[in-house]
Amino acid sequence: MFATFVFGNGMSWLPTIMLFVDIVVAAAIFYYTCKHRYYWIGGLELVQLVMVLWFEFARGHGLRTTNPFIVDKFAWIMLLIAAVVGGLIVVFAVGYMEEFQKEHPEVPDRRPFFFGVMGLFLVAMFGLVMSNNLLYMYTCWEITSFCSFLLIGYTQTKEAIRNSFKALWMNLLGGLAFALAILLMGTQLHSVELTRLLAVGSDNRVVQLVAALLVFCGFTKCAMMPFSGWLLGAMVAPTPTSALLHSSTMVKAGVFLIIKLCPLFEGNYVGWMTLMVGGITFFFAGCAAIAQSDGKKVLAYSTVSNLGLIVCCAGLGTYAGAWTAIMLVIFHAVAKSLCFLCVGTAEQQIGSRNLENFDGLFCSMPRLSMCMLVGICGMFLAPFGMLVSKWAAMKAVVDAGQPLLVFFMAFGSAITMFYWAKWIGKICAYIPMKKELEEGIHSVQWVALRFLSAAVVSLCTLFPLLSSRMVGPYLQEIYRCNGSVLAPSNLLVMGVMVVLVMLLGLGYGRGRRNRRVLTQLSGANAGDNLGYLGAGERVVPVTLSNWYMDDWFGEARMQLWGFSLCAACILAGLALVGGGVLLA
Amino acid sequence: MLSCELGMKLVYAVLFLVLAPVAGGLLAGLDRIISARMQRRVGPGILQPFYDVLKLWDKEGVEGNPAQGFYIFSFLLFVVLSGVFFFAGGDLLLVIFTLTIASVLFVTAAYSSNSPYSQVSAQRELLQTMAYEPMMLLVAIGFYACCGSFAVGDILNSASLNIVRMPGLFLGMCFIFLIKFRKSPFDVAMSHEIHQELIQGLATEFSGRTLALIEVAHWYEDVFLFGFVYLFFGGAGLFTLVGGLLACALVYFLMILVDNCCSRVKWQHLLRCSWAVTLVLGFTNVVYLMFRMQGY
Repeated sequence: MFATFVFGNGMSWLPTIMLFVDIVVAAAIFYYTCKHRYYWIGGLELVQLVMVLWFEFARGHGLRTTNPFIVDKFAWIMLLIAAVVGGLIVVFAVGYMEEFQKEHPEVPDRRPFFFGVMGLFLVAMFGLVMSNNLLYMYTCWEITSFCSFLLIGYTQTKEAIRNSFKALWMNLLGGLAFALAILLMGTQLHSVELTRLLAVGSDNRVVQLVAALLVFCGFTKCAMMPFSGWLLGAMVAPTPTSALLHSSTMVKAGVFLIIKLCPLFEGNYVGWMTLMVGGITFFFAGCAAIAQSDGKKVLAYSTVSNLGLIVCCAGLGTYAGAWTAIMLVIFHAVAKSLCFLCVGTAEQQIGSRNLENFDGLFCSMPRLSMCMLVGICGMFLAPFGMLVSKWAAMKAVVDAGQPLLVFFMAFGSAITMFYWAKWIGKICAYIPMKKELEEGIHSVQWVALRFLSAAVVSLCTLFPLLSSRMVGPYLQEIYRCNGSVLAPSNLLVMGVMVVLVMLLGLGYGRGRRNRRVLTQLSGANAGDNLGYLGAGERVVPVTLSNWYMDDWFGEARMQLWGFSLCAACILAGLALVGGGVLLA
Repeated sequence: MLSCELGMKLVYAVLFLVLAPVAGGLLAGLDRIISARMQRRVGPGILQPFYDVLKLWDKEGVEGNPAQGFYIFSFLLFVVLSGVFFFAGGDLLLVIFTLTIASVLFVTAAYSSNSPYSQVSAQRELLQTMAYEPMMLLVAIGFYACCGSFAVGDILNSASLNIVRMPGLFLGMCFIFLIKFRKSPFDVAMSHEIHQELIQGLATEFSGRTLALIEVAHWYEDVFLFGFVYLFFGGAGLFTLVGGLLACALVYFLMILVDNCCSRVKWQHLLRCSWAVTLVLGFTNVVYLMFRMQGY
């Protein structure tokens, strides 16, 4: 099972089809950019189309590609993530969109279009993770960019259209770098195969530059800091879209490419650029998440932050780094999609996705809160996967001798804990008078939520298996060495802790029954814990709010720092690597 | 051989389970006596904390909501578990992460009451956790860079005295221990003192057995935090054993002294200075250790 296999050899019609698809996508992009008068974005597409076309016709015939598609263990992992998590999101969307259209009568009902684009998105994602030929990967890359543009702009409001074009131009900028990389590799190395790039190795300066361009392209897709804007803007779309973009597809395509290039990173400026941008993004996006009260925005910043961690680990270029990055990809995909779907469902039921309105969610929607809690704990608490990976990340960073990253790791972890824990606190507040709100949740939504919750928990217990059967063999093939990242005994302890947590949960409510008393409010309790007696015996309702510390962690401030530092690292990295090629 | 090693680990874990609350309670009693003497009072007997907890245990059980007892029990469980990991020679990062779960559970218990006092304190507690956590992680990373292992057992077997290479980390850790031990000037979330500002902070809504469990959890926590101090001096020899215990005693005394000399600061000040200390003392020390590890 999950054996590596190769296909696509001898399909002589394949290049023509792919080229045709390229042209169709470009034509569609031209249509939309002209319709909304974003001509310069169309120009961005035109340049790369011309580059790819020129390359295909002038040089393409001389290239001999041996393996257009390779499905290795890593590709299998990505395929499973896209199929299972992506599939569940689509299932969820069936129920969600029905409700969505009822709640938003002003939005034209284009559901067939919506599901069509989602399907196309997943297909492109499948193609992307299987491609070994960079030209085919580029085609799939463009399709995912275009599909995300369509999905973000689904509601056709002014904001949605603006944000969808923001996503489009950033991703097309990445596509431009991709096209440049193909051009450079094809003309200098006479191949467009990923395996060939890895085989030549990073001692070759051209390979370094190609890798740097591809990494840049990955940055735009996985929303590293100067390009994080599009992912945050994507929140305007219906929740299934955000869930799809944030967890299993789109951003994961970006980190997929970067992790694929992992062996080229050790000890050069490409790796330096990758890990610095990742580390800086991890830290500053985490800080920005503290100051957000919009549930989806917290999730978005946490996605950016976690992707930063993944990119940072991949940038180390070591076995341990790559192992951690792949593990993080898996856990993040499952836990984050669960979080998004829970917030989306809660938003439909209570009419707001502001965390301040999630007060006492446990009393009004116990089962949904349980799912949300599983998702959140999966993102940062100990026996669950994300934290185990973070543990490995810390070790990998020290082993690789990167003191600056140690700084980002230590502070980033503390910050992550802060914004998740205050969210947990909000939903766990006990407010008994709230009425049951779970009635309206569509049954297919429950299917997706339950399945994903079960997946988060079972992944934690299957962790060692995943490592030894899938991730380990893939990396041994790539690095030609045997490595174990976390000691088996520690993994065992983690497994035992997961069981302990479950047993604890089962034991809930078994303790001694105590007499119920009123809580201490700032005035005399009015009798129901919901209000106190103010001046003139007037009942003042209790409203409690979380801390956001805007002066410290305000979005604008964090963006200023994060954007400028990341942009500086990218420019410096590209200049150093590019200069190396030009001066050689 | 392997089973013998495992057996020793189990013995240490069980010893911690049994002796830590006794030692922790005595330390708390001693704390009150020393504080009283510093304030020219006589103070209670050394066994007073035990009497307090026993008295709490016999009180009528009341609760603000059905969940808080569960959270507090889980809190105690995870505190004990992290201590067990530590004394069984486990991985330092695992210990810190388990302790983080415990503090999140404690905060959740306070949040669950939905009372203004405990919620404000819960957020302060979270802020404090955010303030001290980087230093704890850096200490673990420092030990790894210095001794080549995160495991407490391996660290104790290291050939040389760790404090010599990790003075910054040691001082930084002592600094954030003021937060962990809930001492002035950093007892913004929960304080045992009379001058507390928010009733009893996090513990406002707990009483009877639940409050007793919190006390016991803190005893456990205090003892194993001193374990961290000991790690800096520890080793196999009798000399280091005495030295390590003396260092723990000194740290303990200085913390009580600071507690009695300072007034509480605002949270902004707390965050700013603990991060600054982490950066200046902790991070620079880690940088040194990492360069040393690479053989510069």
